Amino acid sequence: MADFKLKIRRFDPESGEPAYWGDFDVDLPPERSVLDGILQVKDREDASIGIRCSCRAAICGSCGVRINGKSALACNTRIGEAAERARDGAITIEPMGNMPVVKDLITDMEAVHWKKVRRVVPWLLPAEEPPEHSEYIVPAEAMLDVTQAMACIHCGVCVSACLSMEVDPHFIGPAALAKAYRFVGDPRDGAEEERLKDLAEDPHGIYDCTHCFACVEVCPKDVAPMNQIMRLRRRATGDHGIKDDNNGYGHEKAFVNLIEKYGTLHEAQLLPRSFGDGSLVKGQIEPGAVKQLIESLPTALRGLKSGKVTPKKALLHPKLPDQDQVRRVFSEVESKDDRVELNLYIVGESGGEEAEA
Amino acid sequence: MPQHDVLVIGAGLAGQRAALAAAEGGASVGIISKVHPVRSHSNAAQGGINAALNPEDTWESHAFDTIKGSDYLGDQDAIEIMCREAPEELLELEHWGVTFHRNEEGRLGTRAFGGASAARTYYVADITGQAILHVLYEQLMRHEEVYRYEEWFTTALVQDEEGRIAGAVTRNMRDGSMELFSARAVILATGGNGQIYDPTTNALICTGDGIAMAYRIGAPLMDMEMIQYHPTTLAGLGLLITEGARGEGAHLYNAQGERFMEKYAPNKMELASRDVVSRAEQTEINEGRGFPDGTVALDITVVPRKRIHEALREIVNVGRDFAGVDITQEPIHIKPGNHYTMGGVRTDVNGQTPIPGLYAAGECACVSVHGGNRLGANSLLDTLVFGRRSGAHAAQAIKGLPVPEPARASVGAEQEVIDAIVSRDRTGRRVSEIKAELGQVMDRYVAVFRDEQGLNTALETVRRLQEEAQTVAVDDKGSVFNQDVLGALELQFMLDNAEAIVIGAIERKESRGAQYRTDFPDRNDDEWLKHINISANGEGPEVSYSEVTLTQWEPEERKY
Ligand SMILES: Cc1cc2nc3c(=O)[nH]c(=O)nc-3n(C[C@H](O)[C@H](O)[C@H](O)COP(=O)(O)OP(=O)(O)OC[C@H]3O[C@@H](n4cnc5c(N)ncnc54)[C@H](O)[C@@H]3O)c2cc1C
Ligand code: SF4
Ligand code: SF4
Ligand code: FES
Repeated sequence: MADFKLKIRRFDPESGEPAYWGDFDVDLPPERSVLDGILQVKDREDASIGIRCSCRAAICGSCGVRINGKSALACNTRIGEAAERARDGAITIEPMGNMPVVKDLITDMEAVHWKKVRRVVPWLLPAEEPPEHSEYIVPAEAMLDVTQAMACIHCGVCVSACLSMEVDPHFIGPAALAKAYRFVGDPRDGAEEERLKDLAEDPHGIYDCTHCFACVEVCPKDVAPMNQIMRLRRRATGDHGIKDDNNGYGHEKAFVNLIEKYGTLHEAQLLPRSFGDGSLVKGQIEPGAVKQLIESLPTALRGLKSGKVTPKKALLHPKLPDQDQVRRVFSEVESKDDRVELNLYIVGESGGEEAEA
Repeated sequence: MPQHDVLVIGAGLAGQRAALAAAEGGASVGIISKVHPVRSHSNAAQGGINAALNPEDTWESHAFDTIKGSDYLGDQDAIEIMCREAPEELLELEHWGVTFHRNEEGRLGTRAFGGASAARTYYVADITGQAILHVLYEQLMRHEEVYRYEEWFTTALVQDEEGRIAGAVTRNMRDGSMELFSARAVILATGGNGQIYDPTTNALICTGDGIAMAYRIGAPLMDMEMIQYHPTTLAGLGLLITEGARGEGAHLYNAQGERFMEKYAPNKMELASRDVVSRAEQTEINEGRGFPDGTVALDITVVPRKRIHEALREIVNVGRDFAGVDITQEPIHIKPGNHYTMGGVRTDVNGQTPIPGLYAAGECACVSVHGGNRLGANSLLDTLVFGRRSGAHAAQAIKGLPVPEPARASVGAEQEVIDAIVSRDRTGRRVSEIKAELGQVMDRYVAVFRDEQGLNTALETVRRLQEEAQTVAVDDKGSVFNQDVLGALELQFMLDNAEAIVIGAIERKESRGAQYRTDFPDRNDDEWLKHINISANGEGPEVSYSEVTLTQWEPEERKY
């Protein structure tokens, strides 16, 4: 058992008062979760603290909050580790960002997240009538591939952390775009091209993402939304030759070339390269977004440096050992007829097994 | 007053499937859920869903496994329906877009599960329930005409003067307003009641609300004593390690390194029925062959690592995040823990309860397809088949019925209950204290092994807690998202469930399925091959019996 201090952001919409901090003490083993801490406060001291929670196991997606400023699920953040990162010894817990607050730690997911999910036409539009008394026959890898996006629990943690969303609240956002990939990548869906066109041409669509990595870093289910967005872009440009108005295409190309070359994403080079194509000056990118691009560097670099987010993890195989492999993966992926994007459900591809040992 | 032909309460798999079927049947539909639908507990189902879809497999084999698993307490007509309809149900999900695992030919692939004589469990990595729930929600969003009431909490069912169901009283959690819903048919799909136990694999929302609401208006509850303890839960927190782990080949060991299932189920070993494996583990633990933390070990390292990542990723995460164990490297300590409610509101094969117009489906219902013990991966199937059948039946049955007249007074009565709790000053115990005591008592006396003395202690405690629950006060006095006052209502629902469970367990003087009485250690088909029904008759619970339907399978001794 250890003592921890929680500083919880309180807001009572009925009081007419602004939000304030509530201070509480809890005692729990350090490996228990921040949610367990909040529940202990509710059980023992003040049950009026509002927080959505149900599964306690990072499954239901209810308990997204910001802990010491970082978006996360309360139920899979260890309280001991949160305390180590806390600035003045008190773990701060605030509602998620980029969404209106309803009460205490409860945000209005409907007004932001679910609206955006509905924006991407979130149901299968089958290419053909389903076969009678049989399943659609589709490659096993394709199913595994979209299963990564399917693993999204719609907790909103990535939405809360997304830098583009902060600048452009109309940005469709990481989770909804990951949801879009779930259909685009699904061979049973017949509307791939329309979907991609729609998402590429929407100024708040797939090219509104600034590669800041925040969503990849915070996602509790390894959905790697940015990765899904990159896949959407690759399909839009590479497979369908869809050119949008805001130079997303050039940026995309630079991005892929860099990874192929260096096996790592060099944000510092990426920016000049994609800007170098020239067409960025006009078009949809607002000055704010450019600023944001530049501001996003520290986050991306921090993530990379801490080893928490590796480009490998974000983009390719979580345990990819070296650049040769990166190149090999690229050529392998590109040479396949049915192109398959590697993801966390697909491991141990030729040689992967030894690499892990 | 919101008015719908069919009102579905609960938006897990059963509720969403019912709503879709009712809408397809032409009814106007409303669906209510106290959490956003994708937060429903169905998302926790990792393992998979059963169907005899392979050409080599047969529905009869699936049915027999289910019946044997149920320890012959399941109704065979209902089980036949479920197993016959399973393949088409599964294909429908696939056609809607569930990303089921494929084999090399690109067809649906299976995994093995406990108590089954063929590998007939279909799955999506280890997020099967979540994947199906999210795909159903996709379909629900597509059906714009289905009205969704997300984060609305139903507090009571309402009848008309003749006793026919007429609607429900529901609180909009967002602003605290109480609404009377009018409906020609109501389908309860509110899930199980695991929260009355501590620990449990069930989420915090699994408080048996619908079971209690139906009971309060006179619907009989059936086989409530049949509470499943799952063999592999994490000590302390109660989180589940899916049966998929054993399906993929994981072994169980006691502290002496013995693979003890050899003694209890030499043929099926770790893949015997859940009641059998849980009892075996508990016996090892009780007889001193467990680890000091009251557990035995589950060794998943025997499963190839590639396969673990592909098929059991979620438990890699659970092991890492919640137990600090890398399951690909070392065994993880587990024990039996509360998991599933086999009993529930009694229904026929179309989901109809004895109350006209009231249906129940999913974990809150007792059709009964699970009898004394549910097989892994049969519950998702139950929710879908009987959810669909309820929705389809209700959509037809309401045709021509007049718009009902639910008594307006019911809203006032419910409002008063809430106002009384909110305005009360604290004199008694906190909701959390009562709930904690309930959980401990149930886990101690109404668990894997039971006896009369313990059960009587449990009943006395539950009755005392029911009294205490009448005087709870809450901290939250507001209207917006007052989760505190809803917690007080859930506590009362839970206590009603607990009372029925304990009464059923005292009543059944034999050992069958999940009910193991150390004072009556044998199954007794002569006297107890029957369902126990518990109804509220105004003064208190009343016990009666109903026949178990046998079709082509005579009860025999159960060996695994
Ligand atoms: C950890 C775990 C793993 C499992 N794995 C498997 C598996 O692999 N295979 C399998 O077949 N089964 C499995 N099960 C069992 C299965 O998941 C459940 O039995 C099934 O999902 C229950 O579905 P349901 O629709 O009946 O209820 P739920 O999904 O629990 O939904 C209940 C709904 O009712 C609503 N509700 C409740 N009370 C109220 C109220 N008062 N007002 C308004 N709404 C209300 C809730 O909001 C929710 O929407 C598992 C269970 C657990 C706990
Ligand atoms: S990578 Fe893109 S989608 Fe993800 S948080 Fe950053 S800007 Fe948002
Ligand atoms: S992508 Fe990840 S962080 Fe975003 S909503 Fe889904 S699970 Fe949550
Ligand atoms: S409580 Fe379900 S995700 Fe945290």
